[in-house]
Amino acid sequence: MTTTPEAVRRASPRTRRPATPATPAVPDPSAGLLPRTEPVRLLNPDGTPLPARDDYPEPPVEALREMYRRMVVGRRFDVQATALTKQGRLAVYPSSRGQEACQVGGVLALRDTDWVFPTYRESMALTARGIDPVEVLTLLRGDWHCGYDPTVVLTAPQCTPLATQCVHAAGLAYGESYQGRDTVALAFIGDGATSEGDFHEGVNFAAVFKAPVVYFVQNNKYAISVPLSRQTAAPSLAYKGVGYGVPSEQVDGNDPVAVLAVLNRAVAHARAGKGPYLVEAHTYRMEPHTNADDQTRYRDAEEVEAWRDRDPIARLEAYLRNRGALDDAAVAAIAEEAEAYAAALRDRMNAQPEVDPLSLFDHVYAEPTPQLVEQRDQVRAELAAARVEEGDA
Amino acid sequence: MATMTMAKALNAALADAMLDDERVVVFGEDVGQLGGVFRITDGLQARFGDKRCFDTPLAEAGIVGFAVGLAMSGLRPVVEMQFDAFAYPAFEQIASHVAKLRNRTRGALSVPIVIRVPYAGGIGGVEHHCDSSEAYYAHTPGLKVVTPATVEDAYSLLREAIDDPDPVVFMEPKKLYFGSAEAELPARKEPFGRAVVRRAGTDATLIAYGPAVPVALEAAEAAREEGWDLEVVDVRTIVPFDDATVTASVRKTGRCVVIQEAQGFAGVGAEIAARVQERCFHALHAPVLRVSGLDIPYPAPMLEHTHLPSVDRVLDTVARLQWDDQPDERWVAA
Repeated sequence: MTTTPEAVRRASPRTRRPATPATPAVPDPSAGLLPRTEPVRLLNPDGTPLPARDDYPEPPVEALREMYRRMVVGRRFDVQATALTKQGRLAVYPSSRGQEACQVGGVLALRDTDWVFPTYRESMALTARGIDPVEVLTLLRGDWHCGYDPTVVLTAPQCTPLATQCVHAAGLAYGESYQGRDTVALAFIGDGATSEGDFHEGVNFAAVFKAPVVYFVQNNKYAISVPLSRQTAAPSLAYKGVGYGVPSEQVDGNDPVAVLAVLNRAVAHARAGKGPYLVEAHTYRMEPHTNADDQTRYRDAEEVEAWRDRDPIARLEAYLRNRGALDDAAVAAIAEEAEAYAAALRDRMNAQPEVDPLSLFDHVYAEPTPQLVEQRDQVRAELAAARVEEGDA
Repeated sequence: MATMTMAKALNAALADAMLDDERVVVFGEDVGQLGGVFRITDGLQARFGDKRCFDTPLAEAGIVGFAVGLAMSGLRPVVEMQFDAFAYPAFEQIASHVAKLRNRTRGALSVPIVIRVPYAGGIGGVEHHCDSSEAYYAHTPGLKVVTPATVEDAYSLLREAIDDPDPVVFMEPKKLYFGSAEAELPARKEPFGRAVVRRAGTDATLIAYGPAVPVALEAAEAAREEGWDLEVVDVRTIVPFDDATVTASVRKTGRCVVIQEAQGFAGVGAEIAARVQERCFHALHAPVLRVSGLDIPYPAPMLEHTHLPSVDRVLDTVARLQWDDQPDERWVAA
C-alpha cells in the first residue's frame, strides 16, 4: 500500500484539531533586507519610461544628462584603451563596455569627499570620477602599479586581488565615521569575487560596525570564462546581504536611470548612519575578459548580440531625447568631446614614459633599509657600467 | 626597578601608546572584555573605552583588511592575531596590501599597522598553536618583522613598532610571556635595525632571536665548563636586519652558530648564515652552522622537546666548529 502525502495530511490529527485563535504575527526579521524579487527598472530597453515609483524616485534630469555625457566619454575611453593594447601601449586592458551605466552611476552617486574602492575593471569609472586617464592607465601601461595619488582623488588603487577591497572599504568607512566625518565608501566588486571570503568578511565587518559602505556588485555574468551559475546557487547575488543583516537591492544594470536611483538611495542610507547597503546590478560584459582572452571558447556570439539591444547609452539617449533634455546638437557636441578626449589620451600615451630603475628602492619602506641601500648602490653601479659600455660602442 | 613579565610589559606598551596617541586603536579576537587569551590587552577596554579597544568578528583577513581601511582614514591600528597559525587566513591581506600599499602608490599611501602575532612553541600547545611563521613575513618586502626576547625589549620595541611609519609584524614568543625579569618602564625606545650583544665572548658567536635567545644564553653559560667563551647576539629586528652588529661579532670570534626555533629549510637562520659567510668569510675558522627546529610540521606536545633547539643540541653544534682545524667529517666525501 502506498501512502500519498495528501493521505497523510488528511489523516494527521492536526487537521482534525479545532481551529486555534491566531497567534500574534512575529515580524519578519528579514523585512527590509531582501531585494525586490525583480530587478528595479525605471526605463524599458527602448528608453520609454516605466511608471514612476515612490521607493526609487527618478534622479533630476540634469544628473541624467551628466550621466549620459560621462557614459559616452567613458565608452570612447574604453574603446581607445583597447586600441592602445593593440598598439603595444598597454600591457593588457579589461574592458567594461556594456557596463557604462554602472561605471558612471557608481561614481556619480558619490560626493567628491567620498571614497571609491575600485577593481581593475573600473578604469572607466575612475575617468568618470575625473581622474587623469593617463594616471588611471599607468597600472596597465606598466610604468608603476598605481598612477594617481589615492589621498588626493580619494580612490584606492585599483584592486587586483579579488574582493580584498571590500574589507578596506569597511575599515575606511568606519574610521571616517569614528573621526566624525560623514564620508561614504563605495566598493565595486564583480560577480565572481562574491565567492571570495573577503567579500563576506567585508560585508560582515561593515554590518557589525555599521560602517557607511555601499557594496556595488556588477554582475556581468562572467568571471573570465566561468558563468554565474558556477559562482552561486542564490536566487541572485543581492540575496547575499540578508545573511549579514544588510539591506540589499537588485537593479537592471543597463538601465542608467534605475542604477542611479538605486545607488542614490543606498548612499543616502549609508550616509544617514544606518550601515552598509548591497546593490547588485544585472549587466553584461560585452567584450572578452581582457584583450588577451578568447571568448569564443565559452560563449556564443548570439548571446552577446542579444545584449546589444539592451545598450545602456542608447537607452538613456532615447529617454532624454523624448524628454526634450537632449537634441541632435547636444549629442553631437558630446560625441565631439569624447573624440577629443580619446585623441588627447592617444597622444599622451604615445609618449614613452620615463622609468627610473633607482626608483625601485624608494617606496618599499619610509626609509630604505641598509640592505636596500646596498642593492640600490649595486644597481646604480650596473647602470653606470652600462652607460660606459654604450659610450664605448 | 620592578619584577615583571613580558606580558605585563607588552600591556604597558599598548596602554602608554594609547595614552600618548589617540589615533591608536587596538582590536582583534577576544581582546576587549577578556583582555586577550594571553591577557596582553588586559584592562585596555575598561580604561580607554570600547571605541579604542574592541572585539571583532572572528575573521583574520577581515581584521587585517579592516586595519588597512582604518589606517587609510588616518588611525594607527594595532591588531592581534590570536595565534601564529590563525594568522594564515590574513596572509593575502598582509602580503598583497599591507606590505605593498606604500610601494604601489609611490609613497602616497602608507598603512602603519602593527600586527601582533603570538608565535612559536614550547608551551605544550596542541596543533596550529605553535608555529614559527616569521620567515613568511620576513620574505615579504615592505614589512618590518620584530621579535623581542626580553621584558624591556618587549616594551620598547612595541612602542617603536606603533610609532613606526611602516607596517610591522610583531612576533611575540609565547613561551616568554610569563617569565619575569627586573625591568624599568617605560624603557628607552629602541630604534629598529639594531641587534644587541646579550653576552660578550671571544671564541664563537651564537646568533638568535625571540624564543631561541634564552636557549643561546643558557648554552653559552654551560659552554664555560667546556672551556668555550661564547658571545650571544640577539637579532631583535629580523627586518631591518643589523648586518653590522652581527658581522662585527663574527669577525671578532671567527666562529658562528645561528639558532632559531622555526624549521630550518629556507628559514631566517639560513638567510643569516648566508649573510655571515658572505661578509665574514676570511675571518671564519669553520663553516657557519645552524641549530633549528626539524623540517617537520610542528609536533604534538608530548614530542615537541625533540623538535625544539635545546642547550645540548646547541653545545653539540658548537663542538663541531672545527676547534682542531680539521674539516667536519660529515661533509668530507668518502
